[in-house]
Amino acid sequence: MKTKTNILRGVRIGLACIFLAGITLLFMGIGADWWGWMADIQFLPSTLRVIGSATLLNIGILAGLVGLTLIFGRIYCSVICPLGVFQDVIIWLRRQYGLIADRISVGKKSSGDKGRQHLRENPILKKAVKHFEFSPEHKIARYGFLILTVAAMIIGMQVFVALIAPYSSYGRIVRGVVGITDGSPLPLVATGLAMLLVITACSLLAGRVWCNTICPVGTVLGLLSRFSLLKVSIDEDKCTGCGRCVRGCKASCIDGINHTIDYSRCVNCFDCIGRCSGSAITYGIRRGRGNAKVREEKPGEGVSRRQFLSTGAVIAAGTLAAGPARAAGQGGFAGIIDKQIPERSARILPPGALNASHLQDKCTSCQLCIAACPNDVLRPSTDLAHFLQPEAGYEKGYCRPECVKCSEVCPTGAILPVTVEQKTLVKIGTARVDLDKCLNGCGNCARHCPTGAIRMVKVEGYSHPMPVVVEDVCIGCGACEYLCPVRPLSAIKVDGVSNQTTD
Amino acid sequence: MDRRDFIKASLAGMATAGLASCSNGSTAEGSGSSSREISGNVPVRLNGSDRVGLLGFGCMRWPMVKDADGNDIIDQEAVNEMVDKALAHGVNYYDSSPVYLQGKSEQAAATALLRHPRESYLIATKLSVWESDRQKCIDMYRRSLDIYKTDHIDYYLLHSMNGADNFRRRFVDTGIWDFLQKEKAAGHIRNLGFSFHGDKNGFDSLMALHDSLHWDFVQIQMNYVDWTHAKDDATAEYMYAELDRREIPIVIMEPLLGGRLASIPATQAERLKASEPGRSIASWAFRFCGSFPRVLTVLSGMNCMDHLEDNLRTFTEFSELGSKEFELLYDVAAQIDKYPLINCTGCQYCMPCPYGIDIPGIFRFYNRHVNEGTYVTSPEQKNYARARRKYLMDYDSSVEKVRQADHCITCGKCRKACPQRIRIPDELRRIDEYIEKVRRGEI
Repeated sequence: MKTKTNILRGVRIGLACIFLAGITLLFMGIGADWWGWMADIQFLPSTLRVIGSATLLNIGILAGLVGLTLIFGRIYCSVICPLGVFQDVIIWLRRQYGLIADRISVGKKSSGDKGRQHLRENPILKKAVKHFEFSPEHKIARYGFLILTVAAMIIGMQVFVALIAPYSSYGRIVRGVVGITDGSPLPLVATGLAMLLVITACSLLAGRVWCNTICPVGTVLGLLSRFSLLKVSIDEDKCTGCGRCVRGCKASCIDGINHTIDYSRCVNCFDCIGRCSGSAITYGIRRGRGNAKVREEKPGEGVSRRQFLSTGAVIAAGTLAAGPARAAGQGGFAGIIDKQIPERSARILPPGALNASHLQDKCTSCQLCIAACPNDVLRPSTDLAHFLQPEAGYEKGYCRPECVKCSEVCPTGAILPVTVEQKTLVKIGTARVDLDKCLNGCGNCARHCPTGAIRMVKVEGYSHPMPVVVEDVCIGCGACEYLCPVRPLSAIKVDGVSNQTTD
Repeated sequence: MDRRDFIKASLAGMATAGLASCSNGSTAEGSGSSSREISGNVPVRLNGSDRVGLLGFGCMRWPMVKDADGNDIIDQEAVNEMVDKALAHGVNYYDSSPVYLQGKSEQAAATALLRHPRESYLIATKLSVWESDRQKCIDMYRRSLDIYKTDHIDYYLLHSMNGADNFRRRFVDTGIWDFLQKEKAAGHIRNLGFSFHGDKNGFDSLMALHDSLHWDFVQIQMNYVDWTHAKDDATAEYMYAELDRREIPIVIMEPLLGGRLASIPATQAERLKASEPGRSIASWAFRFCGSFPRVLTVLSGMNCMDHLEDNLRTFTEFSELGSKEFELLYDVAAQIDKYPLINCTGCQYCMPCPYGIDIPGIFRFYNRHVNEGTYVTSPEQKNYARARRKYLMDYDSSVEKVRQADHCITCGKCRKACPQRIRIPDELRRIDEYIEKVRRGEI
């Protein structure tokens, strides 16, 4: 089976753009109903989900990903993984910059073809375009990180796993960039931007080095892709040894001298197939070794437009997110003091997270639940012990009885599915009243309590009926805390529970 | 969508087009639906030597813009432009109050008017002191003279009276009435009257004082809905008859009910449009008021040029309503009265709410959806999920989250301030409970 090149690359880029756009929007809190499934088929989250509950669906998805890699190689890394595709975009932008810079340096700005021709004739001038070269596998680092990751998962060092997990890292990058404008906690913005910096630097300097050295998902899939059914291979008879494929390989996995490809690091971008004019490189069923002797260039045109579109979409989406927040309609309005976060005896976890250790084991801090929360309740924890994992607070809204968004979007099973019917039964906290702060028993808390846990009763020493909480009826949704007129600290606040119950 | 729905939707669109075109679109009065040239002047009503334009300029709703800090401030340039245009067409009565727009309305009116000769316009302003405070009254009166840089106010009103007791407490016991009589004798006040918000007994008690005190003019709320359907209050029909009998000139306020009669329920808008396709929905409300001979002027709080132009069209082409048209309006009013609308005119007297609630904003949102038939009725309705999502999204974008109805703790301060005597806390509670059910998917 042999397939012609640019079609493969085009399909890969097209799909990658769809995934990158979908997941980016997802992290911006847009369209969870439409592309929420894209998060569900991420590798590490799927693995964590299977460890948590080995349902047929969960196993099916993981098996699907394994199967996909065993048949097609690591196309997961070039299509489904948002961090991988993001790096491809950076590498592509770097290359476009190089082409333009070269063209300027030879003084042929206006005519692209002539400029290229000039470059072809004077290869010495090709200075600005980034060229990759073959490098051996960093075995120790690669498997070291994989072992560290597995060990961290076993001993409960989730922070480490979360920090290098590719999909979650991308989530934090998006949330970090978005967070600059909407005032997210500084640690999230800092972590996101730091990751952005590291990934950008890695991909500019050495292509997919992160994916092939540090990323544990990349290493696992690399182990599988060695044995994949379909592979890119080099036909030694047709190869002219020009080395164009080697210079264009962002995974640095094509060994031009020995004519081999390191399949554990090849991410199946199919760039090399297009760069080889002699059609020496093909994708098909083969356990082949390549032999390379190349002569002529043939730039892979027709694809750059699509890549441009995908980049444009990402930039446009970023601009949207950075737009100004709605200005408050002041005028004839009394000022409203923002609520402050009260001291809670235990933090409040999203409904379905069961307890701190379950969340700790499963959560990769991808921020998807936080992006999906429509009520401004979930935010990333700034505590190092559960860094950037979701926790609830009620200063800007409360956990509405009809909303189960976080449990729907969680790809790892850290927040287990909760139905709308169950929602008002899941106890995530307990409200406590500070009667001394209470505003004459205005009763707004009791009026809005979805379970009727707050009663207005005559309390000795107070002239008006005052609110009291029936603890076992209270589910800790925070309606009372959010709607309490006392500011900045409400007269009624919610403490988390150690174990979420559903009775 | 069948044909009927389509007509409804497009009419609602037309009725609200004026609202959308305004910078702050909130309390729109009048909605343009025509692009005819405006020529000539508005009709004139006589009061002694005064020639008063039948359309009066209400200065409670000047156009607003955002300043550098994002605060709402009056758009003075737009005010000047509108006043120039209004004056050019004979709109010469400018009604303000020292408390309108957080105390900034008089100054904005004065800034625009002072660019014209004093005799070309009539100043109407009010004594807006609610408590018994002599000094505060005198200060406020002098401040108005200062702001308008004049030695005489043409029409001076005791602001928002609700009966003889209220009058005695605020103005007789403090000696202010005598003070004002002296000012009037000295020519500093040319006409002295009052604006009224209250029930029939209160109105009667003030009318009974006419023989001894003589009111030069009275400002009442009149429109085709309040004509017979005013809630808890004296009906406009009754008040008009009483004033007419005593030959007291009448100034009309809220002819449009704060813009609500510019965007009436779509089925009713349909009927008015069928009768006069070329006239705006708002024009009907103005023609209604203008058709009564004792009316001196009809005030409209126009907050953008579109409103002014639509009103100028209505009045420069003014024709009194015939009996058939009156019948149609009475029937439309009866139908409107059946809708669960809240008769808020957006006057902002209830604001600022100490708990930060956007009371007029919530009522406006609520009424708009009732009018347009876009509120949520039940999970069984057609396209329920979509209707629910749109309704809730619009609530969140119309009213800031911390200013929504669920934050009302029913302290009741607003209720006393409402000239429409809306039971604001009860209505807020009702709306909150309704929206809560919509959010939960129960409605």
